[in-house]
Amino acid sequence: MAHPILKLVAQRVALGLLLLLAASVLIFIGTQILPGDVAQAILGQSATPETLANLRAELGLNEPVVSRYFSWLFGVLHGDLGTALSNGQPIAPALGARLANTLFLASCAAVIAVPLAVLLGLVSVRYRNRWPDKLISAVTLATISVPEFLLGYIVIFFLAVQYRLLPSLSTVYDGMTLGERLYAIGLPVIVLVLAVLGHMMRMTRAAILNVMQSAYVETAELKGLRPFTIIARHAFPNAIAPVVNVVMINLAYLVVGVVVVEVVFVYPGMGQYLVDHVSKRDVPVVQACGLVFAGVYIGLNLIADIVSILANPRLRHPK
Amino acid sequence: MKDELAKLVDWIDAGGMSRRAFLGRASALGLAAALGSSLLPGQARAEEPKKGGVLKIGLGGGESTDALDPGLADGPVSFNVNRQWGDTIVNVSPSKEVEPRLAESFAPNDDSTVWTFKIRKGVKFHDGSEMTVDDVVATFKRHSDENAKSGAYGIMQGISDIKADGDNVVFTLSTGNADLPFLLADYHLVVQPKGGADNVNAGIGTGPYKVKSAEPGVRYVFEKNTDDWDTTRGHYDGVEFLVINDTTARTAALQSGQVHMINRVDPKVAKLLSRAPGVQVKSVAGPGHYVFIMHVDKAPFDNKDLRLALKYAINRQELVDKILDGYGSVGNDIPINKSYPYFDESLPQREFSIEKAAEHYKASGHDGSPIELIVADGAFPGAVDAAALFQATAKQAGIPLEIKRVPDDGYWSDVWNVKPFCASYWGGRPVQDQMYSTAYLSTADWNDTKFKNKEFDDLIVAARAETDEAKRKEIYSKVAHILWEEGGVICPMFNDFIDGVSDTVAGWLDDPNLDQMNGFASAKTWFA
Repeated sequence: MAHPILKLVAQRVALGLLLLLAASVLIFIGTQILPGDVAQAILGQSATPETLANLRAELGLNEPVVSRYFSWLFGVLHGDLGTALSNGQPIAPALGARLANTLFLASCAAVIAVPLAVLLGLVSVRYRNRWPDKLISAVTLATISVPEFLLGYIVIFFLAVQYRLLPSLSTVYDGMTLGERLYAIGLPVIVLVLAVLGHMMRMTRAAILNVMQSAYVETAELKGLRPFTIIARHAFPNAIAPVVNVVMINLAYLVVGVVVVEVVFVYPGMGQYLVDHVSKRDVPVVQACGLVFAGVYIGLNLIADIVSILANPRLRHPK
Repeated sequence: MKDELAKLVDWIDAGGMSRRAFLGRASALGLAAALGSSLLPGQARAEEPKKGGVLKIGLGGGESTDALDPGLADGPVSFNVNRQWGDTIVNVSPSKEVEPRLAESFAPNDDSTVWTFKIRKGVKFHDGSEMTVDDVVATFKRHSDENAKSGAYGIMQGISDIKADGDNVVFTLSTGNADLPFLLADYHLVVQPKGGADNVNAGIGTGPYKVKSAEPGVRYVFEKNTDDWDTTRGHYDGVEFLVINDTTARTAALQSGQVHMINRVDPKVAKLLSRAPGVQVKSVAGPGHYVFIMHVDKAPFDNKDLRLALKYAINRQELVDKILDGYGSVGNDIPINKSYPYFDESLPQREFSIEKAAEHYKASGHDGSPIELIVADGAFPGAVDAAALFQATAKQAGIPLEIKRVPDDGYWSDVWNVKPFCASYWGGRPVQDQMYSTAYLSTADWNDTKFKNKEFDDLIVAARAETDEAKRKEIYSKVAHILWEEGGVICPMFNDFIDGVSDTVAGWLDDPNLDQMNGFASAKTWFA
């Protein structure tokens, strides 16, 4: 049994690496299309033709595009992300700290959102078309429809300014205890949970309802099982594959798509770091961030694929 | 109204308002008669600064690419960071006088070509070493070096030689400049050990607070410099800067008590914020101004009548009311306002006039094709809205303005100083000479209106060396009239610096030079 799956996983991983390489080429091309370059961005208003030329030579911007890409790729394959052009600092430590922050926020949000979404989905199915189902749908659809920054401002207004329950600033830094960190990120976690809940909950509901039409569910009903047991024990395991896919997309979103939430709550994550360096045309940093983001997407999709296979006996035991 | 009065009294005690201003505001409340002189606090309750506590300031305008190198400071956050750990040799006071800092005294020769600054003794850097005259010389030499990429490079251009002479630093200039001390007060020119030769990003200086940790774009932590040469400042045990670029988040942080001060309050919410409990809004008129700039060497803007048509077609008061919500004053198509020394009051205010605009537009013989104005919200806050208002009033005069909105990203490299008609912003300079030399001299790199006028150039150079105050004022008057009539700059408004301050902070003094009390908020205030 293990053998075909291992082979499949190996194939997927190889494909993922290829995708990653393709993504890095695309990111590099994208940064070249942007108007202006890092020398102009650094010098800003004080740029003169001479200083621009000096700085470009100093930063190696006069090399051909292709050779710059390959020297970057060579560095990355040797574990060296290089140094930022804008301030001369090595990229890896700065990026590492930001990535850790992003993953911390994303996992806190996921730990709450995923079980909650699945549970709400199960409850909706149990009471489908009755008031609990309608209430859950209405609330989650409403929160997913409101732009995140507005959700952010609303929770800041009520929970930080009016009642002062949680801090409006989520700045985290070295030397904070875990408790302090969790307290600091209270508000962004609430916003992120509200933002991703709807999608996952709706998918859970739809997938289970689909399975509920099956003959074996009818059998279970005729057997006299309690409705919730049927849903949780018989229907849900067969609905896992689509649910896992949606969960993974949302997890990826929590890692790579939350720059607006970071700005509103002043959270030092990857998003703001990337935006700052894009505006400075700092290509090595943009490349590194892009690589991490692409890696997260590809990795999570890989996990989704594998879980779907493991959850599905027909895929697990191919004929 | 009683609360209002109590607030006024607090302001005076905090030193935030003169006696006269108090009377003015009180009478505006209809209180003057009821007050009686006994109630007037005057210099009463002369409050001693209290020591201790950690001041938290939420600042907008910082990025994760910021460096500690004082020469590279180019935004409000890095400017304020400089002020914490560093000192300049002189400073421009709120009343626009030059006050000695690391230099004890200074004097020019007769024609202002040689300036001698006597450097203070017994000043220690944060690393414990003694500051010497050589450190000061090295600092200025570094900022004069093109490779240092210093923001003060332009200022240092007129200086041909810098040398140590005993306790003095002597500056020799290529042409006389009576304003040199104003220029040397520039916030980039922070004195560093050996001019920063060892590590320009070390954050080692002589300022009231030492850098404890610096996370660019996120957070800066400072602790009190217990060995400070100036014992009248630095009342807090520590200072913390939080970089909060989102305006709403910054305002919320002040209201929820997470920070004690914020900079850059949005004019649109300033009035609302001033009504919130526990918070005061401090606005002070400064030299910063919003502009629409035309390249006078490119068609159709090479036509003086067309330029005048556009200048008459903008409703300045409407822009001040709607874009700045009243937190500012109308401009007059020169980059100078009354916050500058030698300001010329005789220059008539250009009024909004549809008739004159139409008249000049007709005289220009323009073919009536759309005139493209490029804007981005990054040019100045509300630039896109301001352009829309401009377009509407220009239309009444028959001038077809077409607004092209572009992204903020790349605006300063691809649009400003490149395209012939766009929106822009100037932070202002301490003296007229520097403002004109930076952006209006024929030879200036940043001559963003491509204004080239021989008479104008000669007058600017003549004013520099002129030591007779009356004559100097006269020259600047001529300069202003030329630019007002001929120039390519449409200056609709000067914006105020608007800071938000918690009631727990005392000692706030309005400083028209830059925001956050010219960066000295943490050095000069204390917890009440």
